[in-house]
Amino acid sequence: MSLRVLYFARLRERFGMAEETLDRPGATVADLVAHLQARGGVWAEELAAGRSFRVAIDQALATPETALPEQAEVAIFPPVTGG
Amino acid sequence: MQIRVQAEAFDLGTEVDALRAGRLDVGAVASFVGYARDINDGSGVTAMTLEHYPGMTEKALAALADEAAARWSLIDTTIIHRIGRLLPGDPIVLVAVASRHRGDAFAACEYLMDALKTRAPFWKKEETPDGERWVDARASDDAAAARWEPS
Repeated sequence: MSLRVLYFARLRERFGMAEETLDRPGATVADLVAHLQARGGVWAEELAAGRSFRVAIDQALATPETALPEQAEVAIFPPVTGG
Repeated sequence: MQIRVQAEAFDLGTEVDALRAGRLDVGAVASFVGYARDINDGSGVTAMTLEHYPGMTEKALAALADEAAARWSLIDTTIIHRIGRLLPGDPIVLVAVASRHRGDAFAACEYLMDALKTRAPFWKKEETPDGERWVDARASDDAAAARWEPS
């Protein structure tokens, strides 16, 4: 059981990866973000409090309080700029 | 409902004809086409590349069309968004809405563009004389989308 975590656009470039597989680090989106921040470096910088980014769980926008399923496709990306 | 994410260009006339085809109850079609500009934030833009989140993009656009259909009296909706590398003057996005009367088509078309700008997972990277840069989200787009929230 695990999370497939995808990164897009500027975050994909900064993190140097498009996706990875993680064991579920906690119960909520906020727990996952804290886990990634703890890596330090660009992770701490880009995911710091006050930085603007979005999280989607199974392709639906989520909030920090959203529960992390045991197994899910999670995506972390900058605010969108299409249209 | 027609939702397409594609690298190819589209033609407004062709898409409006397809939206109306065989439907004589359509009294109004409102459409919006967004184009790539050659200037943004004070510097020249020679090209842009649009990235998206395959899977979520199509779901998000379909959800927006469903919301518009629940809110206004619509006959059908077409949303097309391009991806890949585009040059100034190239069409990026098309929203076309068919309804019996103009009010519903105008309002739904504007709503769909405002909602797409803040909720559909696309990202633009511009090529400028100073190098490449990711486009930042605009507060004015959030404000435009917020106008449609119940107050």
